[in-house]
Amino acid sequence: MKKMILPIALGAAFAAASFSAASAGTLEDVKERGKLRCAVSTGLAGFSFTDENGQWQGFDVDYCRAVAAAVLGNPDAVEFSPATGKTRFTMLASGEVDILSRNTTWTFSRDADLKFTFLGISYFDGQGFMVKKSLGVSSAKELDGATVCIQTGTTTELNLSDYFAGQGMSYEPLPIETNTEGRANYLADACDVYTTDASGLAASRATFENADDHIVLPEIISKEPLGPLVRHGDEQWADIGRWVLNAMKIAEEKGITAANADEMAANSKDPEVKRLLGASGEMGASLGLDNDFALVAIKAVGNYGEVFERHLGTDTKVNLARGLNAMWTEGGLQYAPPFR
Amino acid sequence: MSEANFAFVATSEKPQLPPPQGTTGAVGWMRENLFSSPLNIILTLLSAYAVFSTVPGIFNWAFVNSVWNATSLDECRAMTQDGACWAVIRERYPQFLFGFYPSELYWRPILAFVLLGVALVPALWDGMPKRGAALMASMTFPFVAFWLIWGGFGLEPVSSTQLGGLLLTMIIGVSGISFSLPIGIILALSRSSNLPIVKSLAVMFIEFIRGVPLITLLFTAHVLLNYFLPKGVNFDIVLRVVIMVTLFASAYMAEVIRGGLAALPKGQYEAADALGLGYWQNMRLIILPQALKISIPGIVNTFIGLFKDTTLVLIIGLMDPLGLVAPTLADQRWNGIFVELYAFIAFMFFIFCFAMSRYSMYLERKLHTGHR
Ligand SMILES: N[C@@H](CCC(=O)N[C@@H](CS)C(=O)NCC(=O)O)C(=O)O
Repeated sequence: MKKMILPIALGAAFAAASFSAASAGTLEDVKERGKLRCAVSTGLAGFSFTDENGQWQGFDVDYCRAVAAAVLGNPDAVEFSPATGKTRFTMLASGEVDILSRNTTWTFSRDADLKFTFLGISYFDGQGFMVKKSLGVSSAKELDGATVCIQTGTTTELNLSDYFAGQGMSYEPLPIETNTEGRANYLADACDVYTTDASGLAASRATFENADDHIVLPEIISKEPLGPLVRHGDEQWADIGRWVLNAMKIAEEKGITAANADEMAANSKDPEVKRLLGASGEMGASLGLDNDFALVAIKAVGNYGEVFERHLGTDTKVNLARGLNAMWTEGGLQYAPPFR
Repeated sequence: MSEANFAFVATSEKPQLPPPQGTTGAVGWMRENLFSSPLNIILTLLSAYAVFSTVPGIFNWAFVNSVWNATSLDECRAMTQDGACWAVIRERYPQFLFGFYPSELYWRPILAFVLLGVALVPALWDGMPKRGAALMASMTFPFVAFWLIWGGFGLEPVSSTQLGGLLLTMIIGVSGISFSLPIGIILALSRSSNLPIVKSLAVMFIEFIRGVPLITLLFTAHVLLNYFLPKGVNFDIVLRVVIMVTLFASAYMAEVIRGGLAALPKGQYEAADALGLGYWQNMRLIILPQALKISIPGIVNTFIGLFKDTTLVLIIGLMDPLGLVAPTLADQRWNGIFVELYAFIAFMFFIFCFAMSRYSMYLERKLHTGHR
């Protein structure tokens, strides 16, 4: 009998440990840890890069910082883990990160099959093709037989085969793991065409020494709504992520910026602005956060438009126009549900 | 009749003439080494052409026209068209050395590196006084280094996501190297053992690992282990990678050492048995010292290979020096720069790999005690 005690005790302790780990919500875990763990891409101009102090910056990165500011009050309380197209989903599923913010397309199977909850659309994108000017191609329809660099584990892979099959054309795929690898292969002429999200193409093109020698073909062959995502099963955590993103968009709509947020919170007469910034109501509390969570987040990174312009906008090398990503009031698709 | 009477016999030694012109000095050396045959002449001329057409260009690029002070590639390009923009290295070298390690704690990895040097002294220098005790002290190095780098027990903890750059390479490389040798020896001995179970286990392990590419093992470390372990149990990613790399290197090491074991004449084994030594004494005193000596080039080969293979971790998103190229390149200010980054990384790797190969040559020369 005596011999049995140790294994049973260990088993029970283990079960208790895993049980308690599973039952505590992500919000409690994050608060207890004092750090948000966020997966971003391994380096994509405008979306995620490191600055001279070794800090991560970028469009995807700033969303993580906004969440950290909302939850922990500190936009720097984030541990970033770079993720490739292949590793990102296991990192999120296994609990290695709390949130994934890495140019990830919202699709049916990622939602229903992989069991992730998408928190909204931070960037409306579509898949495009980039070729060298010297190839003399002006349309994707002329790409029959081309060698195509393509990142594994992405929607791009599937769209490409659909598109070429639909056009009755053939192609030679050259699988790559990261954007940098794709860039190197494309520049070394290992492939004729580089295909990925159009934003990614613009970002990669920005990192070429002679960007003018390359063109992005006019065809956009897919819808790529990119956004942050979390695991299924923790609605509170999903709501937090979703409403931080929405708050950034509402802030732009209402003209709240990082600079004027405090003043707006104090003086605005607009009831929605007051609710959003925590000046009235108990909105944050129903998420398990402070009522001024959105104020803190916006003060830390700015509103949606500010983040966009800072990292991707026409003043940057990536040089993307707002296009579909303008607010709905300005002819774009960005539209956040009301904050009430 | 004395010999001196013959007119054709010299009575005194002739003064020594200098060697014929053109066989000594620079000219002679060149004749002998560079222009000794038509083929050699052609090769020499071709090499000279290759050297003269590349070296000055590279030298100008790297030193003469290079820029050290700039805050962006555009600034560099404005100052020089065909020079290296080392300014990026100047700005980013802390990242390439330490990854995202908090800069106020840099002293900890530096101290660990210095201690590594100290711990290596007894292992590499066999004439050291009190070597046995010193080796024992060296054994504690992995624990001390672990504590210094990750913190805890009084030091501020640093998470694995903050490790990167050369520091990560060293962590993976040094642990892989130091654990793969003993594991490899044990595997090699098991594989050449007479015990059927031990032997077949070793064979299975070695053949399995050798049959799978390292990339697959890394993906296994990253992806599969996550699924096998219960949710919420977090098994550090760097530790997982270190384990996989060590297992991988051990299998290759085992085969290198088995080669050394097989190269020993059977008489050595029989003589050792005849002395009445037990198996372990036999191995420790007679077989292994000889077998390991034979295997040195192969062992160092495996070490250097492993050190370079550590760069593969970038495909699972770890930020080793090569992995850091991407986020650096993605910074607007440095968009488009990459030769400089790769050159710098190559330089760092060269230092370590060259040191290892030099040490192995020294070791071979020192242990070269016969058999030829
Ligand atoms: N949106 C697609 C593709 C995402 C993707 O991998 N994009 C590339 C280029 S835009 C990227 O982010 N690369 C960054 C990296 O390699 O870390 C998906 O979700 O599958």
